[in-house]
Amino acid sequence: MTTGGGKSGESGESGMTVLRYLMWTVFAAALIVVLTYALPPFRTYQLATVGAYLCVTAGLTVLTGLNGQLSLGHGALMATGAYTVALVQDGLAGRGQWTLLVSVLAAIGTTTVVGGVVGLAAARLRGPYLAGLTLAVAVVVPAVASTWDETFNSDQGLSVVLDPPPGTVPFERWQAWLAWAGALVTMVALTVLVRGRFGREMRAVRDDETAARLAGVSVGRTQVLAFVVSAACAGLGGALFAVLAQSVSPGAFPLSLSLFLLMAIVIGGLGSLAGALWGAVLLVALPAVAHSVTEGIDAQRLEGNLPLALFGLTLIVVMLAAPGGIASLRPFRRPFARLRRKT
Amino acid sequence: MRRFWTALTVLALAAATTACSDGGGGGSGGNTPGVTDTDILVGTHMPLTGPAAAGYSKIAPATRAYFDYVNANGGVHGRKITYKIMDDTYNPATTQQVVRELVLQDKVFAILNGLGTATHTGVLDFLRTNRVPDLFVASGSRSWNQPDKYPGTFGFNVDYTVEGKILATHVKQDQAGKKVCFLGQDDDFGRDFLAGVEKVLGPVAAKQSYVTSNPNVGPQLGALKQAGCQVVMLATVPGFTALSLGTAAKIGFRPQFVVSQVGADISTLTRQLGPAARLTEGLVSANYLPLSTDDANPWIQLFKKVNTQHNGTAEFDNNVVYGMAVGYLFVQSLQTAGKNLTRDALIAAVEKGGFQGAGFAPLRFSSSNHSGYGGEQLTRVQGGKQAYFGDVLETDDGDGAVRAYRTPPAAPPANGIPAAA
Repeated sequence: MTTGGGKSGESGESGMTVLRYLMWTVFAAALIVVLTYALPPFRTYQLATVGAYLCVTAGLTVLTGLNGQLSLGHGALMATGAYTVALVQDGLAGRGQWTLLVSVLAAIGTTTVVGGVVGLAAARLRGPYLAGLTLAVAVVVPAVASTWDETFNSDQGLSVVLDPPPGTVPFERWQAWLAWAGALVTMVALTVLVRGRFGREMRAVRDDETAARLAGVSVGRTQVLAFVVSAACAGLGGALFAVLAQSVSPGAFPLSLSLFLLMAIVIGGLGSLAGALWGAVLLVALPAVAHSVTEGIDAQRLEGNLPLALFGLTLIVVMLAAPGGIASLRPFRRPFARLRRKT
Repeated sequence: MRRFWTALTVLALAAATTACSDGGGGGSGGNTPGVTDTDILVGTHMPLTGPAAAGYSKIAPATRAYFDYVNANGGVHGRKITYKIMDDTYNPATTQQVVRELVLQDKVFAILNGLGTATHTGVLDFLRTNRVPDLFVASGSRSWNQPDKYPGTFGFNVDYTVEGKILATHVKQDQAGKKVCFLGQDDDFGRDFLAGVEKVLGPVAAKQSYVTSNPNVGPQLGALKQAGCQVVMLATVPGFTALSLGTAAKIGFRPQFVVSQVGADISTLTRQLGPAARLTEGLVSANYLPLSTDDANPWIQLFKKVNTQHNGTAEFDNNVVYGMAVGYLFVQSLQTAGKNLTRDALIAAVEKGGFQGAGFAPLRFSSSNHSGYGGEQLTRVQGGKQAYFGDVLETDDGDGAVRAYRTPPAAPPANGIPAAA
């Protein structure tokens, strides 16, 4: 995964960079493991959900923030990954723990292909037309599930066959490890990618397509590639969601999910991987907050709609107070002022 | 990159703080989650909002009202029952979330009467892994009756296959020679019901399905009209029963409708149809609980009293009767499980069987049978009122015959609280 960075980076620095990423990743992994032991099971499950969301938001923020392509269809790409895991796991049931890796890789593969197809069309469209195309992709999920109900089982969805975790590891801890393994791999891969040549090309295309073309950057190729990378991340996120919920159904991937994802990366800080993390946290935290609010005032019938309102409110407040998103707030950037030039 | 790690560290600290504050609560008393010397915490998932909320949203509050009645009279073995109701909007993905919250965060003792075939099917594995008793599911899917695979799960409703057989037997006798068709929900509810119908009638002339996420059954009813159907059997939730009746009337299609019990409560349909309520005239269905309008029935008298005292005098309909019947059966299970309440003791108590609740059809719980009520009596709407006719019928979900069940119904105890079975 890190070879892309080596190829494009200056040869002297790249060894150091890879080592530094490796150290940070080990540190982050250790932190997650400690957290999974410290937190009660439900919090661990929420932590796992943050990890799964992070895969998606990170991919989306690269596409939208760094390449300027707006996607309202990432919920559908997640569904593609999730259904692939459900179907492959069902096909390989009972052969051991390794099948999960195969399923997740298959999910990434399938979503990459789907992302390639959508990306090819998307690269020819701009602004609202691009949003419209990806919106259609998001809306079509329930229809696909009920049209081919013998495979996808309509609204009821499919259950995901999972082997029990190895040893005596509690299920939620195991899920958190899996989700964050995926999230950390995604983060490292994307960091390497956006810091290298491809990242510069994406930004060049975003800022001025003509100038980019004059500089020898293939605009179409860059856009399709950005979409494919983003789709692969969404596929991984969707696959992890299937593992977390042990089931997949169209109701898990509604249009509002795609909108939530977009709002999350804007609130977090568009184009920033740190912002993607803030976004992923909000995606888990805000519905939970909405839930405890409705519980307090005994207005359970409000519950379905309150998270959406809360998200909108947060978006307005953040945009007024910090147009660059949470990740651009001073307390989070001051210690690393030196690095600011780079991003 | 480093900003990412700063963010991660900040969040980790925040998470660790909540971990400490969470650690204080829960788990006082013995080893059984959700049970203390004074309390039992039970949870459920219900469609309080969304496409299936019509009618169904009244069930859990009624169950809670019955528990309040029991609590006011001393509780069960000195313990009061707290019933936590979570709205899942009839969306299987949301059910996953709320049931996890109930089990992992609130640490409920058991899940009671979780509603919906598709919704509840998705949490069976989770509940088994966590060894949570999963009693009296509010659905008639055959999935609840798999004691080997899901030892803690028990149904409440009549199996949809049993129901399909009973209703189809009526159609065979009463509507002989007519063209029979089917419209059902595109999940195990519709499929199990159709399986029962086809066991008796053979293949139906035409079959259509709908999904709750798409509130339009125009194409389906158009196709059934085109096929010349004279009897339409519906496996629908109340909102979609009303929608089907209305849509059929709009296109001038007037077959005999025969509806599953879960979608045929007359007061819910009347409310949904509004000025078009007369479309329910002649509707055939079945039930296994006393009807809310039967004031002479001692169960209805008891439940009406509880409804007035503890349910804020909610409009008394069959959903309220259903919710309270579930509460009664659960209290009976707790009584049987004894003073030393554990999850295993509860499951053993239900498997011991011998329950007699508000229903007049047989309850056949045993270590090899986890399905709910085993039979039904037919109902028909006449003059805007739903009433029983014919014998109470029972059968199995296999090839067994449909036959009359003659055991007389039980009467409730004087104080309205069951003793151990």
